[in-house]
Amino acid sequence: MKARKKFLVGSGIIVATLLALAYVGYTQSKTYYHTISELPTLQGSTLHQRMRVSGNVRAGSISHRDGRVNFVLEEQGKDLSVSYIGNDPLPDTFKDGAQALVEGRLMPEGSFVAEQVQAKCASKYEASPIGAPAGGDKSPNKS
Amino acid sequence: MDIFGSFALLLAFLATVYAFVAGIVGIITRRTLLTKSARNAGMAVFGLITLAVASLEYFFFTDNFSLAYVAAHSNHALPLYYKFSALWAGQEGSLLWWSWLLSIYVFLALFLNRKKHPELMPYVGVTLAGVQTFFLVLNNFVASPFHVLASADSAGVMHMARLSEGTGLNPLLQYPEMVIHPPMLYLGYTGFTIPFAFAMAALLARYPGEKWIHITRRWTMVAWCFQGIGVLLGAHWAYAVLGWGGYWAWDPVENAALLPWITGTAFLHSVMMQEKRGMMKVWNVWLVFVTFMLCILGTSLTRTGIVSSVHAFAESSIGGWFFGFLGIVFVVCLATWFKNRDYLRSDNKLDSLVSRESSFLFNNLILLAACFAVLWGTLFPVLSEWVTGSKISVGPPFFNKVNVPIALFLLFLTGVGPLLAWRKTSLDALRRNFAWPLVGGLIAGAAGFAFGWREFYPQICLILSVFVTLTIFSEFYRGARVIASRDGSNLLTAVGELTMRNTRRYGGYVVHFAMVLIFVGIAGSAFNQDIQKELKVGQSLTIGPYTILCQNFDQPSNENYESDRATLEVFRNGHSEMMLYPERRLFRTSQVTETIVANESTPVHDLYVVYAGRSPDTNLPVIHAYLNPLVKWIWFGGIVMVLGTCLAMVPDRRAAIVLRAARDRSWGDAIVQGGSGSPATSPVRSAPIRRPGSDD
Repeated sequence: MKARKKFLVGSGIIVATLLALAYVGYTQSKTYYHTISELPTLQGSTLHQRMRVSGNVRAGSISHRDGRVNFVLEEQGKDLSVSYIGNDPLPDTFKDGAQALVEGRLMPEGSFVAEQVQAKCASKYEASPIGAPAGGDKSPNKS
Repeated sequence: MDIFGSFALLLAFLATVYAFVAGIVGIITRRTLLTKSARNAGMAVFGLITLAVASLEYFFFTDNFSLAYVAAHSNHALPLYYKFSALWAGQEGSLLWWSWLLSIYVFLALFLNRKKHPELMPYVGVTLAGVQTFFLVLNNFVASPFHVLASADSAGVMHMARLSEGTGLNPLLQYPEMVIHPPMLYLGYTGFTIPFAFAMAALLARYPGEKWIHITRRWTMVAWCFQGIGVLLGAHWAYAVLGWGGYWAWDPVENAALLPWITGTAFLHSVMMQEKRGMMKVWNVWLVFVTFMLCILGTSLTRTGIVSSVHAFAESSIGGWFFGFLGIVFVVCLATWFKNRDYLRSDNKLDSLVSRESSFLFNNLILLAACFAVLWGTLFPVLSEWVTGSKISVGPPFFNKVNVPIALFLLFLTGVGPLLAWRKTSLDALRRNFAWPLVGGLIAGAAGFAFGWREFYPQICLILSVFVTLTIFSEFYRGARVIASRDGSNLLTAVGELTMRNTRRYGGYVVHFAMVLIFVGIAGSAFNQDIQKELKVGQSLTIGPYTILCQNFDQPSNENYESDRATLEVFRNGHSEMMLYPERRLFRTSQVTETIVANESTPVHDLYVVYAGRSPDTNLPVIHAYLNPLVKWIWFGGIVMVLGTCLAMVPDRRAAIVLRAARDRSWGDAIVQGGSGSPATSPVRSAPIRRPGSDD
C-alpha cells in the first residue's frame, strides 16, 4: 500500500505542475475570435486582449510601406484597416479577395495591428459546374 | 465505368452489413456455418472496394473529367504519379482510401486467423464489420467519389457533362511526399482498428488471459509505426513545402495525427504490465478503446473543419456522421466494459516506487497527460464557445509549456525504465546501472555549455539524451559480453545473437534510441536563426557562417507552371560552397503560387532559403534565409524508428539451452498463464543474462 501511496503523491505533484504550466501557457497565448462587426461593441479589458479577426481582403487595398503591409478586411459590409508588422513573408494565398485571418491587437483609434496573417485563397471551385463535390477542398490541406 | 465503381462500392456495403448481421446471429445461435459465411463476406469486402478504387484510378489515368471528383483534382498536364495520388486529394477520395486500407487490414486479420481462436474471431469479425460499415455508408451515401457531372437543359432534363480539362491538383500536394504521407498516416489510423476489435472481442467473449494482447502485439506495432511515419512525413512535408522554416506548428490537423500515436505509445508500454504482472487490465482495454476513438476523431478533424486550421477543409456536412459514430463507439465500449468488468480484475499490486511497474505507470500517466493537453488545446475553441460563448484559441506557447517538460520526463524514463527490475530495484543495482551513464550525461552537458549550448530545456535534453544513449549501449554491451564469453564469439556477433534472441526488447531499445535522435533534433530548434533581406544581383546577406551572394534571377517554366527563380551562391570562410535555387511557382490551371524552398541539409544544420517574392515597393526579390540546427536528426531518427520497430516484429531465435534454463526458473502465476500463449512474448529469451532488470 505504501508504494501505491507514494505513486499517488508523485502523480499528484506531476499533474499539479503540468496544470500550472498549462495555465501559464494558456494566459500567454489565449486568443479571442471576434467578427469585425463585434469590434466596436467591445469594452474594458476585452479591448486589449489578443484576438483573431477574419474577413475578405478588399481588392486593391494591399499596400506595402516601410516594413509594414496595410490592407482592409471586409465582412458583411463592415471594414477594418489592418497593419501587418510581422517578419514572416505573407502567405502565397494572401491576395485581393482572399479570405484572411489576422491575429494581433486592436489599437485605440480602431485600426488593427496584426502579428500573424493566415489566408485561404478564394475558392477556385465555387464556379465549378453543377454536381461538383459539396465538400470540395477550398484550401491547402494535408489530406 | 462510374457505374461499375459505384456498384462495387454498393456491393461492398451490402457484404459488410451482411458480415455484421450474420456474424451477430451466428454468435447468438452458435451456428458455425453462419459465422464462417459472415467471415467470408468480411473478406470479400476487400475485393469489392479494391474494384472501386481501381475504377476511380482508371478515371484519373484516362483523364476522364466526367466525374466531378476527377475534374476537381486532376488535369491533363498532371504528372502520372500525382494522378495516382490525386485519388486521396479531396474529401470523397480520402474516405474511399480510408475504407480500402481498413478493408486490407480486415482481410488480413480474418484470413490469417481463420483457423485460430474460434471463440474469439466471430466477435472480431463483427466489430471490424461494424467499423467498415460506417465508412462504407459515407462512401456510398454521403460522400461518393463517383458523382458524375451533369447539368439541366432548358426543359429540365439532365445531361451528362464531360469537361475537356480538370481544375488540377492543389499545387501544395504536388510534392513526392504527398504520394506516400497520406497512405502512411491512414495505415496508422486504420491499423488501430485491429487491436481495438480484438480487445472488444476478448471482453465480449470473456476470452481467457492475456491472449488478445499477444495476438495483436504485432498489429499494434505496425499501426503505431505507420502512424509515426505519417506524422514525421507530414512534418517533413510542412518543412519542405510550406516555406515557413519550421516543421511543427501545433495545428489541429497535426495534433489530430499525434494523439492516437501518443495513446498508442502508452498502450505498447502498458500491455507489458499485463503480460508480465497481470496488472492494468482495465487501463489497457480503455487505452486501446481511446486510441481507436482518437483515430476516428483525428480523421473527422481533418475532414470536417470543426476546428479551423490552415489545412482543414471548409465547412462540410460530414461532421455529424463522424460524431454520431464516435458516440455509438463510446457507448458500446462503455456498455461492454461495464457488463464484463469483473473479468478484468488485477492479479498483482504495485510493490515499490523504484520498480519497472512504477516506471510504466509514470510513463502512462505522463503520456496520457500529454494526450489530454494536446486534445484540450486543439478542441479549446469549440469547448470555450460552448461554455462561455466566446471562441478562444490557444497557441504554441500553451502546447510547448506543457509538452516540453513532459517530453523530457519521458526521455528520462526511457533511460531509466528498462533497467529497473520488476517489483523492486535495489540501491546497489541502481548504482551499477546508472552511475556511468549519468556521469557521461553530465560531462556532455558541461561540454555543451562550453560550446554555447546554453538554454535550459535543450541543456537538460542534451544531458538526458547522452544518459539514455549510454544506458542503451551498456545494455547491448553487457548482454553481448555474456554471450561472447560463453560462446567464444566476438562481441559484434554476440550483439546480433543477443538482439535476435529477444527482438522485442532490443528492437525496443533501437526505437528508444530513435526517440533520442528525434529529441536532439527538436532541441536544436532552440538555436534557430533567420534573416530576411531584399537582394539585387551582386548583393549578399550573411547568416551564421554563410554568406549568400545573389548571382541571377530567371523565369524557367513548363506546361504545368511558370516560375520565378533566384540563383544564389553560398560562401563559407571565403570559399564557394554550393549553389541554391529557391523558387516560386505559379501553377497555370489553378493560378496558385507556391514556394519551392532551397534547403541544404547537413547533420549539423540546415541552410533553408526561401524566395519570399518581390517587394512591391522596390520590385526587388526578397530572400529569407534560415539556419536551423540539427533538423536532419529528426528525419534520421524516423528511419531508425522504423528499423527498430521492424526488428521488434521479427520472431525470436531461441537456443535449446536457454529454453531449459528458463523453464527451471520460477515465475509468478500470472506470467505462466499469460506467457504460455505465445512464444514470442514469453520471458524465456532473457534468461542468459542474470541480473536485476534483465527480464524483458
